[in-house]
Amino acid sequence: MMFVPGNNPGLMADAHIYGPDALMFDLEDSVKLSEKDSARFLVYQALKTIDYGDIEKVVRVNPLNTPYGKADIEAMVFAGADIIRLPKSETAQDVIEVDEWITECEKKAGLEQGSVGMMAAIESGLGILNVLSIAQASPRLIGIAIGAEDFVTDLKTTRSPGGSELFTARSMLVFAARAAGIAVLDTVFADVNDDEGFRREVETIKQLGFDGKSVINPRQIAPVVEIFTPTAKEIEHAERVVEAIKEAEEKGLGVISLNGKMIDKPVVDRAQRVLKMAIAAGVI
Amino acid sequence: MNKNILGVDVPESISGLGKLKAFNGKRFSGTAHEMPNIKNPDQRMSKIVDNLESAIHLSGLKDGMTISFHHHFRNGDYIVNLVLEAIAKLGIKNLTVASSSLTDIHRPMIDHIKNGVVYRIETSGLRGELANQISHGLMEVPIVFRSHGGRAYSIASGELKIDVAFLGVPSTDLFGNANGFSREGDNSSACGSLGYAMVDAKYAEKVVLLSNNIVPYPNTPCAIPQTDVDYIVEIDAIGDPKGIMSGATRYSTNPKELMIAKAAADVMEASGYFEDGFSFQTGTGGSSLAVTRFLKEKMIRKGIKANFALGGITSQIVKLHEEGFIRKLLDVQSFDQDAVDSTLKNEFHHIVDAHFYAGPGVEGAAVDQLDMVVLSALEIDVNFNVNVLTGSDGVIRGAVGGHPDTSAGAKLAIIVAPLVRGRIPSILDRVNTICTPGMTVDVLVTEQGIAVNPARQDLIERLNTAGIKTETIEALKAKAEKIVGHPNPIEYGDKIVGIVTFRDGSVIDVIRQVSR
Repeated sequence: MMFVPGNNPGLMADAHIYGPDALMFDLEDSVKLSEKDSARFLVYQALKTIDYGDIEKVVRVNPLNTPYGKADIEAMVFAGADIIRLPKSETAQDVIEVDEWITECEKKAGLEQGSVGMMAAIESGLGILNVLSIAQASPRLIGIAIGAEDFVTDLKTTRSPGGSELFTARSMLVFAARAAGIAVLDTVFADVNDDEGFRREVETIKQLGFDGKSVINPRQIAPVVEIFTPTAKEIEHAERVVEAIKEAEEKGLGVISLNGKMIDKPVVDRAQRVLKMAIAAGVI
Repeated sequence: MNKNILGVDVPESISGLGKLKAFNGKRFSGTAHEMPNIKNPDQRMSKIVDNLESAIHLSGLKDGMTISFHHHFRNGDYIVNLVLEAIAKLGIKNLTVASSSLTDIHRPMIDHIKNGVVYRIETSGLRGELANQISHGLMEVPIVFRSHGGRAYSIASGELKIDVAFLGVPSTDLFGNANGFSREGDNSSACGSLGYAMVDAKYAEKVVLLSNNIVPYPNTPCAIPQTDVDYIVEIDAIGDPKGIMSGATRYSTNPKELMIAKAAADVMEASGYFEDGFSFQTGTGGSSLAVTRFLKEKMIRKGIKANFALGGITSQIVKLHEEGFIRKLLDVQSFDQDAVDSTLKNEFHHIVDAHFYAGPGVEGAAVDQLDMVVLSALEIDVNFNVNVLTGSDGVIRGAVGGHPDTSAGAKLAIIVAPLVRGRIPSILDRVNTICTPGMTVDVLVTEQGIAVNPARQDLIERLNTAGIKTETIEALKAKAEKIVGHPNPIEYGDKIVGIVTFRDGSVIDVIRQVSR
């Protein structure tokens, strides 16, 4: 998911060409107070005018307790945004209030109720402690994410190369997402020129169980895709697992093995997920 | 019958040989310093004259003549301004200035045009305030734009006759063996290749070198040999080293430029010309320079090497050469410090002149041996004509350079350009100024798609077979217009301020005055 500042028309015009899975137009932190109206107008026009193809259109709106939150959501629902992303979610109530306002906007726009999705970003200690209830707060929620910069500030620490300060929060986020059956996305990596550091972080969060990574520069897309795309070896193994299962079912065998290793349900699930990822990445 | 000074009877003439001249024991006349005796053990012959005024005087420069300059010192050049000021002081007027290119540093020429010293200009490029004022009608006679190859050809063929060439050189000995660097030490003002200046030196009636670095004889190797040089003037500085040469040219980090570069490299790989022993050239501009990086990966993967790289040589090309991926470099212009250093140390980094590089004559030029070239464009139209000279406001702000030469010579000419620049689409129905005719252009690569010249069905087939999607240039134009709309045409006046010639000197387009 690539961040596109709501006041950057140059990037907005062709952000889709870099091949992100989702674009997140930002009306919140990257837009200064004096430009909130113009950014909202700009993103509205971009969503109405530019054909972003299959890429998911996410808009990060200002919180409802600011003078901009309601207007942001209303404009974006009318513009046809796929997902409204709520920043700084701390309680389930934050999500429910946005959900209710989206419902009203959908009615006004003549859209089917529930057609606009939601994401919630957790950016504080309180938010992390409430993460499960947040993740389960609305059927609109398709995913949760962590916003690390605000989070480490709230924790009174800073980001380190190893990311130890984020470890617990990241894992809690993954647990909650899995419990709620929704996606989980990691935070941005700010130093666009530190290629190696970026790759290390993507590998770490993939291992933790994240579904994807937020990026702030088009150059960060290729490494994320590369790291999340299953390798040829992984794909081959997954295909053999699926093939073995199919064969076993046909023969009516209960327990099966591949190369002497027992294949049970988690192995099959993992194999199917690998193949799904490979298809999504277009490598098979 | 005459007796010569040694007492030999010499017939006045012999049938079949014509008139004979009797030996008189004197030197040839016309050297910088009078040397009446045949042998002067106490006085070495030297072409160094006291000052620029003396050199101008000795060169015989008169009203209405043509003088020439080179642009190897780029925006750091002091030579053009220095020489024109000296000429103006001497009261010489109505000159034609034939420079290989002119940049913003040549702004003082505006006054020399106004006071009648400069009557006419020939160049490959024009930038800055000088270009702006000329676009707005400063000159009576239009500028003649020539490509690098076209200029060399017109000089060699005599169509452009240079009376006096004033050539700044980073090193010379007292006889005029000159080079863009020196093996004798001081390389603070080095520019590497002197490819454009070499043509002027060879064909100009008189050649005056200006240098801050007179080195012991012989200054070998030399780009300009003593046999081409008449006078030498020592000056304090030939240019601002910072303007003459930048450090290593860096790869672009702009994601859009990188995306275009990668797509261009993919096209090269699939074109059918990416075979062991291939040759290529990459122009300036972020995208075309970055192509080199992707090319290297592909060469490793395929296990092939290039026979030569041509043109403006950059740090990246030098690196590939030093790593063994390119066997030879043919260098008409060194783009950065690494390229300059390479001219000093690499045996197979060869300096070539502009005529050798790109001359359009039947004798052939290096561009005719080129497989692939990647070139930038300000604008391209649906007929693949390219503009590299005038901006979207109609003002001159670019250079023809070697664009039409390499495009015509190479088997595959790829143009790289972003689909839109700011709010202006790069693809138009008709470019504002045609510099390179579309019939020589094969492919356009943008970040949002690739279009192949319909004349190259073979190429379309090869690219599609390799899984590279192509579309029509009209479709790409529509994509651009969907984002930024259709620009209003520029309003021009009637007056012609420039003519653009093709490589052979024929007129390919005219540039009209921009309305105020």
